[in-house]
Amino acid sequence: MVQLQEVTFDELKHLVSDRALTGETMLLNMGPQHPSTHGVLRLMLELDGEIIVNCVPDIGFLHTGVEKNMEAKRYEQAEVMTDRLDYLNTIGNNLAYCLAVEKLVELDVPPRAQVIRVILAELQRIASHLIWLGTQSLDLAAMSMFLYCFREREIILDIFESVSGQRMMTTYIRPGGIWRDVSGEFVQLVQDFLEYFPKRIEQYEGLLTKNPLFIDRVKGIGVISAEEAIAQGFTGPSLRGSGVAYDNRKVRPYSGYEEYDFEVPTATGGDVFARYRVRMDEFWQSLRIIEQGLKKLKELDGAPVRSSNHKFVPPPRSEIGTSMEALIHHFKLWTEGFNAPKGYVYVPVASPRGELGVYLESDGSNKPYRIHWRTPSFVHLQALPFLSKGHLIADLVAIIGSVDIVLGDSDR
Amino acid sequence: MDEKLKNAIQAIRKDYDVDKLTFRGEYSMLVSPENVVDICRQLRDDFGFNMLSSLTAVDYWPANEPRFHVVYQLYSTENNITLRLRVQVPGENPKIPTIEKLYPNANWHERELWDMFGIQVDGHSDLRRILMPADWEGHPLRKDYPLGYEEVQFSFNAEEIDKKKPYVKE
Repeated sequence: MVQLQEVTFDELKHLVSDRALTGETMLLNMGPQHPSTHGVLRLMLELDGEIIVNCVPDIGFLHTGVEKNMEAKRYEQAEVMTDRLDYLNTIGNNLAYCLAVEKLVELDVPPRAQVIRVILAELQRIASHLIWLGTQSLDLAAMSMFLYCFREREIILDIFESVSGQRMMTTYIRPGGIWRDVSGEFVQLVQDFLEYFPKRIEQYEGLLTKNPLFIDRVKGIGVISAEEAIAQGFTGPSLRGSGVAYDNRKVRPYSGYEEYDFEVPTATGGDVFARYRVRMDEFWQSLRIIEQGLKKLKELDGAPVRSSNHKFVPPPRSEIGTSMEALIHHFKLWTEGFNAPKGYVYVPVASPRGELGVYLESDGSNKPYRIHWRTPSFVHLQALPFLSKGHLIADLVAIIGSVDIVLGDSDR
Repeated sequence: MDEKLKNAIQAIRKDYDVDKLTFRGEYSMLVSPENVVDICRQLRDDFGFNMLSSLTAVDYWPANEPRFHVVYQLYSTENNITLRLRVQVPGENPKIPTIEKLYPNANWHERELWDMFGIQVDGHSDLRRILMPADWEGHPLRKDYPLGYEEVQFSFNAEEIDKKKPYVKE
């Protein structure tokens, strides 16, 4: 039996000011079970009255060893674990993983599958931003927003259910395409959402954007300049709130994003309000992309959605009964999987939270030798002390919401 | 290949003895631990690599010299180019210098490196475990660290697995 070792305050001494040692300032433990930390995040706060002198985040409560587990699974098995990382961006995680595998084995994806991927990724972005908007508003005491946002998110989850059979853990995007073609009702469901949602965004804006109770809590809070944001590794809406128009969909396009006409919204304040502004504008851009995607989808009606390279992608069920070769491929793929060539790739995609990067290394076998998830929440969380110093505890709640963290994403 | 990336790689190769590796259109440089801070500083100040995208390591156990590769993924927001540095670290007393002063977000990445691989980071301001509990034993992402369940012993690998059993340490 291993003797449990006590963690003493001495080991954390260097993280707080000298005043904490004399008892002049107070140390307060916030979390890990606190509603405004958006999950199991623990913060050790050093307080002078109500003002934050130091903030020490403690993460790892949701660590599930996903990277280690994926190394022990074959490429197609490991994909199921990607859903469990950032549970608000499951399609995006699938996409990042599949793009990495496809780059590693040089697999082409048919155009129809690309379009479906883009539509779903953007729907997922809206769904994730809805959770952010709901929880951020809830933290700032706008209770009704939370209910509205979950109501709208429900529609998107229903769309996911209709295509994949699952509301959240979809595993719908697969290396070489997608699992199966979308159902017949898909286009109509998305079309309905496109008509319904713009009115809702206007409603949200009406409730929040000019609401003095909201503005007072978010303007000038948690300011970070563009240079500092880049140095801290900020990406996605958090960086764009500081005025840097950096978006992986534009600078390093994937899945055919270069063919879509959309803008990268930015704001200049660098504060909580600027990050709010950027995400609200992103709703409109995502709708634009989905609309264009639906047009493309119509043109590609009936086209294949999975690669025909059956060394990596299982052949369709109908072929197995008639083709010996298809049967062999099917058998080989489902018993031992495929071998990826020796090498390593890094694939970044734009998740709703920022840059989600997959570093995938292969040793030539049928399992990933090493997979590392560069997750936006992990990087944004470590800037929390920087953002929160000198603010009130009430502002800290707004700041945590504004960098949009998901603990499953940061702890992996 | 992007002209600016080419210049950066050429300049580094002129000053330091590094190997260039290419795979699937991505460029990596194999550098030794003592040069990594200087190379990072040069890349950041002269070639605009202002963002550290990702920092991780790969364990090549049972190889020992080098056992680990520490992988730095650098990105330049103005030039839109990316470059990877691979630092070779031996298995005995693995150690790298910190780049926290150049890229503040390396702080947590290097803590994760220590936590998951047991790679010592010299000069780090706060080298504690980050994801595992503070009193955890071992470094989970090392290849000689079992996945958690009991490994099944067969006659061909009984001895090999025996070496990894906890009672060997006692």
